[in-house]
Amino acid sequence: MNPHVTRSRRFGVVAAVLGALVIGFFALPNAGVITEVSLESRLAGADGSRIGSIDVPILVVTLLIGLAVLALAALLLTVRLPDHVNVVGGAAVGLFVVAFLLWAARGDTLFAVDLARLSLRSAVPLTLGALAGVLCERAAVVNIAIEGQLLAGAFTAVVVASVTASPMAGAGAGILGGVVIAAMLGLLSIKFSTDQIVAGVVLIVFAAGLTSFLASQWLSTSPEMNSPATFSAVEIAGLSSIPVLGPILFDQSLLVYATLVAVVGLQVAIFRTRWGLRLRAVGEHPKAADTVGINVSRTRWLAVLAGGVLAGLGGAFLSIDAASSFTEDMSAGKGFIALAAMLAGRYNPRGAFGAAMLFGLAEASARALQGFDVGIPSQLLLAIPYVVTIIVVSGLIGRLRIPGASGQHYATE
Amino acid sequence: MELELRGITKRFPGVIANDHVDLRVTDGEIHGLLGENGAGKSTLMNILYGLYSADEGEILIDGSPVELDGPADAIAAGIGMVHQHFMLVPVFTVAENITLGTEMVRPGGRLDRSAADDAVRELSVRHGLPVEPDAVVENLPVGLQQRVEILKALYRDAQLLILDEPTAVLTPPEADDLFEAMASLRDDGRSLVFISHKLREHRAIADRISVLRRGRIVGTADPREASEQELADLMVGRPVDLVVDKTPSAAGDVVLEARGLGVVDDEGSPLLTDVDLAVRRGEIVAVAGVEGNGQGTLVACVTGLRSPDSGSVTLRGTDLSATSRVDLLRGGIGHVPEDRNRDGLVGPMSIAENLILDHWDAEPYASRGLLQFATIRRHADEAVEAYDIRTPSSATSAGSLSGGNQQKVVVAREFDKDNDLLVAAQPTRGVDVGSIEYIHKRIVQERDGGTAVLIVSSELDEVLALADRVAVMFHGRLMGPFDMPIDKSAIGQMMAGADPADILGDRPATPDGPTADVDAIDEEQS
Repeated sequence: MNPHVTRSRRFGVVAAVLGALVIGFFALPNAGVITEVSLESRLAGADGSRIGSIDVPILVVTLLIGLAVLALAALLLTVRLPDHVNVVGGAAVGLFVVAFLLWAARGDTLFAVDLARLSLRSAVPLTLGALAGVLCERAAVVNIAIEGQLLAGAFTAVVVASVTASPMAGAGAGILGGVVIAAMLGLLSIKFSTDQIVAGVVLIVFAAGLTSFLASQWLSTSPEMNSPATFSAVEIAGLSSIPVLGPILFDQSLLVYATLVAVVGLQVAIFRTRWGLRLRAVGEHPKAADTVGINVSRTRWLAVLAGGVLAGLGGAFLSIDAASSFTEDMSAGKGFIALAAMLAGRYNPRGAFGAAMLFGLAEASARALQGFDVGIPSQLLLAIPYVVTIIVVSGLIGRLRIPGASGQHYATE
Repeated sequence: MELELRGITKRFPGVIANDHVDLRVTDGEIHGLLGENGAGKSTLMNILYGLYSADEGEILIDGSPVELDGPADAIAAGIGMVHQHFMLVPVFTVAENITLGTEMVRPGGRLDRSAADDAVRELSVRHGLPVEPDAVVENLPVGLQQRVEILKALYRDAQLLILDEPTAVLTPPEADDLFEAMASLRDDGRSLVFISHKLREHRAIADRISVLRRGRIVGTADPREASEQELADLMVGRPVDLVVDKTPSAAGDVVLEARGLGVVDDEGSPLLTDVDLAVRRGEIVAVAGVEGNGQGTLVACVTGLRSPDSGSVTLRGTDLSATSRVDLLRGGIGHVPEDRNRDGLVGPMSIAENLILDHWDAEPYASRGLLQFATIRRHADEAVEAYDIRTPSSATSAGSLSGGNQQKVVVAREFDKDNDLLVAAQPTRGVDVGSIEYIHKRIVQERDGGTAVLIVSSELDEVLALADRVAVMFHGRLMGPFDMPIDKSAIGQMMAGADPADILGDRPATPDGPTADVDAIDEEQS
């Protein structure tokens, strides 16, 4: 059996089940029940527009969503679209989550704009981590140490932002923390040709152990080192007062904007520039690159260090933007979810961002659901992002075209 | 460009790959470099391209010595190389591959794709080597990929072009195209170094031939004067039999019988359609055909590696599908697979280990659950000697050998068994003359010892030299087998899909072999 077809069918079946759940469980039993969906933000500072809220009849809307999911299922089951299975499947999962939220908030108010805002913010460290992974993988260096880079970046950012009282300095320090771990990865995998998976695992353990030790021995006794100046939202004049979109996209912190710029910038850089062509050549066929005079190890070093910049920034976001202190293991597996986003996005910045947004939606939903009575313990709700990750990783990724020389050391005679 | 190598020496652990090699390539000539596998041809050229550094000696271009510390230096000096394993990024387009490293960019480092496409189009027209700039390389046939490699060198304005075993991967028509292109590049005033171990090709295209044996230049010849026999003797270092010496076959009972074999692929297109074939004791049946016409599937079916979707395969009357693979391997099927690296050898394991891959747990190689290293080594040393495997020792990893020597390891293992049926796919691919002679001799010996032999080969000369009966595969259908002798051009036409009835008249195919007495076989050689 053609693997693309099998994968498409498998996802078609999953989507069909999700669609049936939406219709049978969320829609049909709730005739006449209303969810109030607020289009205003309780979080964003902008209050230029007042469009209030909409009363959403659950039956009609979730029925439509359910039918849309079933249509996507039909698409997956009948049409061959090997390149778009991830997108279609991801859309089906995303729609299911939205229906779930509408149902959970029945008789109550769902703050949709804040949910979207939070989704984007939750996606930031995942996106930055995934971009770090994309950069390394495109040069054929396997970087599973993203988790470690996030932790290192979060720690250095907190300390420097506390000492200098400047979030920008903190971000710079976060970058440095990520780059240090990246340099160690480069040293181990590019220079000493260590197995790259082992090198990654070692670096995660190293970063987690060192930051935990320093946090418990030093930050806990010197709390002034763990009270950083944090990033706050910066409105973009004019754009931030657009209804709905304004508070979601244009009233965010600098790190969120930087992330969006990085996604677009890298998408262009990898696929449309000379640097990107050479990077991919090194990742696909290093010897071919070598024989036309491209310096393979320099290209790899640059990619790994640039990845360290991004992942370190993601770490800084965790400790001086999303939160305002460092806590032990605060990355909580986000580095691994970022890896999943990288894979589900097929090593493309754009795709990785899309997958990170799906995971971000799951995370934001989990928090929103804690405010409603859904009959599920809140601890279980917090596991939703990880469950979504497992679903995506086990199915969506499927057969993936990985860079030709992935994980292989290259040395000239 | 005039190139001179003086006293080039390169040592690897255990071997001297190049031993004070002197070579002179003059302006506007095609210089043939002839030598067996492992004679040091590729090493020498890798030195010339800056991939290896020589331990001794110097390289002179137009009379002045140059230092080549890497491919970038070689490219700058006007040297281009068409590698045996193409240096192409499979997922890139033709234009991206050709311009890689010297890309055309707009401000800000953005790729100028249309300029690159135009440049490639212009280059390809100028040299009469048509390619589609935006085609993705991995979707191209091998011959076109090679053309991209050549254009890649020409794009860098190579004045000296090294072609390392360029014909090894080509079909005969593709090879003819290549020769035409080479001649036109020479007429342009460029110099070419052509590496091959095929004598006929050197005589067809080279202006001068240097023969390399065991790392040394042992002679230079003029292809118009030297005969193939002389070149072969010079290359191997002893008189070689270019003609397979064999007596008429004395075929016996049917050993392998395939009836109505049909196989379809995942997409439902047929790979094999209604194939009937019988091979008897003491005969060689050769299947000719352009590669990719179903030969691989046929071999997989008759060796029990794949179950046909319809039809049956029996070995001495027992259905193969009822027998496990271990029993098949130990119960009398010898198999030389088409892709030795994938199916024939475990690269990281030693020659000695590879030689007992299917008997490692049987006496005398294992005893009371322990491997008998002394026996295994002795066995390996004997095989290395008998099959002339060029290696520092039998403990060397099989993957580090040259292609021809790897093939000898596979052949040694499969031929040393007590076979009822021997299936050999492309048994001499990438193997030099001296070894071809030996392998062919052994195949005939196997036949004479009562083995049923099935050969699959895309080399028409090999088919004609070995076969007692010839079949041709085209688009998953088998034509024949036909009794020898049969006209070479008739087989060629069938390989291109002609109907045998139109070519051979009413001459009957003999799927079960001649029913009457054994035909007298005319030992006619082309």
